[in-house]
Amino acid sequence: MGKAFKRPESLSENHTHYCPGCTHGVIHRLVAEVIDELGIRGRTVGIAPVGCAVLAYNYFTFDFQEAAHGRAPAMATGIKRVRPDLMVFTYQGDGDLASIGMGEIIHAANRGEKFTTIFVNNAVYGMTGGQMAPTTMPGQRTTTTPFGRDAESIGMPVKMAELLAALETPGYIARQTVIRPKYIVRAKKAIKKAFTYQMENRCFSLVELISTCPTNWGLTPAEAVNWAEDTLLSYYKLGEYKTPPE
Amino acid sequence: MGKVLMKGNEAIGEAAIRAGCLNYFAYPITPQSEVAEYLSRRMPEVGGMFLQGESEVAVAYMLFGASACGERVFTTSSSPGISLMSEGISYVAGAQCPVVFVNIIRGGPGLGGILPSQGDYFQATKGGGHGDYRLLVMAPASVQETVEMVMMAFPLAEKYRNPVMILGDGLIGQMMEPVEFPDHLRTEPTNKDDWATNGMDTRKDNKQNLVKSLYLDPTQLNDHNLLLKAKYERMKQEDVRYEPYNTDTDYKVLIISYGTMSRVCRTAIDNLKAEGLEVGMIRPQTLFPFPEKAIHDAAIKESCKAVISIEMSMGQMVEDVERCVQGKRPVEWYGKCGGDVPTPEEIMDVVRNWKLET
Ligand SMILES: Cc1ncc(C[n+]2csc(CCOP(=O)(O)OP(=O)(O)O)c2C)c(N)n1
Ligand code: SF4
Repeated sequence: MGKAFKRPESLSENHTHYCPGCTHGVIHRLVAEVIDELGIRGRTVGIAPVGCAVLAYNYFTFDFQEAAHGRAPAMATGIKRVRPDLMVFTYQGDGDLASIGMGEIIHAANRGEKFTTIFVNNAVYGMTGGQMAPTTMPGQRTTTTPFGRDAESIGMPVKMAELLAALETPGYIARQTVIRPKYIVRAKKAIKKAFTYQMENRCFSLVELISTCPTNWGLTPAEAVNWAEDTLLSYYKLGEYKTPPE
Repeated sequence: MGKVLMKGNEAIGEAAIRAGCLNYFAYPITPQSEVAEYLSRRMPEVGGMFLQGESEVAVAYMLFGASACGERVFTTSSSPGISLMSEGISYVAGAQCPVVFVNIIRGGPGLGGILPSQGDYFQATKGGGHGDYRLLVMAPASVQETVEMVMMAFPLAEKYRNPVMILGDGLIGQMMEPVEFPDHLRTEPTNKDDWATNGMDTRKDNKQNLVKSLYLDPTQLNDHNLLLKAKYERMKQEDVRYEPYNTDTDYKVLIISYGTMSRVCRTAIDNLKAEGLEVGMIRPQTLFPFPEKAIHDAAIKESCKAVISIEMSMGQMVEDVERCVQGKRPVEWYGKCGGDVPTPEEIMDVVRNWKLET
């Protein structure tokens, strides 16, 4: 019998710099497994964001580009337009995608660019030390909302999956989570579907993954999982928001 | 191939295709939107790619992504658009990608105006975006020269793995002139397997390629900047271009002028010659690298009493001219902004006045 649990070829042996209880590592692994299973490692180009995953290319074993903050969807567009045969994905946080890069993701999705976006929503700016993100929950304390996010003056958290699903252009848009093992099978399935649609040259695909940032939430990893489950999952509902017509 | 009558903006688009670049991303802006209009028709005819991006910010990164996987790409824009692209240009330069940018300058600052200007000299030659980087900048003075510079830009960008900018003004874009697309300027893209993210399967070594500009380690970042600096020094050695005019005479005044402005200066120089006053000119064709030695040597000629930088800006290139002349001759500036190109008569007056004062 072979080894039941082995490192995907697409994942490097480097130790990640992520904090204990952070979900970035799990998501990297799922992406790597999917790329291995689809046999596309040799023609995949990943695009790293500006955020905690900026060094993602150290943990994957295929080609990578590094974007400016929020611009990964424009870079992915550039690649797919000149090399449609390459398999391209952006890996972006919620500050990167839903704040500074809001314009780029909406237009890429609306043009129906044939790449995949892995959108890591942890309701906060991780890398810069826990400032408010567009996805921060009402009342949630961050280093720039010390009294909690005030929806009266800042508005409500952005639901990216719903927003993008509202576009008329066909696409695959799903929201899943990896905060507990029980959710992981569905998350991986969504990621695989997203890449498969790209392989079939069908449509733009995005999987939003509700994630944890215990460090900047000021919680232990176990508390962070509970808070995410109680607070985030009741606002950010899991499911498939859009699938391309058959 | 014979000559065809073409508008500058359309010739820019055609020149890129003839040079072997079949990928164009852009966002419309006056006075060069005709390039995008022309290429939206023309690219499909030649099996090329045309995409109108949602903003110049996005376009810069489309170029970056496409170039980073080894393909030839270019864009055209005008001043406010280049400002928006400047973030991306800094990343493209940092990550050493050979992208070609064309800036058909309009008047600024802010929305400014839509008439010809040379107000983006500093932006093009001294930065624009953040960090220590340089663009190789070429400034054409005719539609024919624009064609040749666009065609040369691609191999130069690849030679240095560095962005190249063509700096023109609205007149270049709108002028109709007979042009020829020299066959010898069509080049094959270089092999980029050693750095481009073109998919590991296509390469022999089967190892990961990374295109990035982040170096958290101070020593590595310093080394990276030294490597970039070495490229800029090499440009100064190998790719300075300029055109002297009437410099084999005992000129009293030396004009430094580039682009459309230099054409007006030529007329002024011819007229003054007829009056018996000799005036020389050095026309920089590359603004970076700047023809430092040529300007210095021409300025210190025995007969030369003064150097005048004539530009459609409030005095930008003159700072580089002063640097080259090193205080050995007085350096003056004359120019206008807003779109009124100084006339030959105005320039003749400026030169005559100088002579009267000495
Ligand atoms: C143009 C620009 N503005 C601001 C920053 C600073 N910055 C770096 S990461 C970041 C936020 C990242 O948050 P997110 O996208 O949610 O990713 P996370 O770190 O949480 O994974 C910011 C504001 C930057 N690098 N560039
Ligand atoms: S700061 Fe937050 S998002 Fe960043 S690695 Fe740590 S836990 Fe993860």
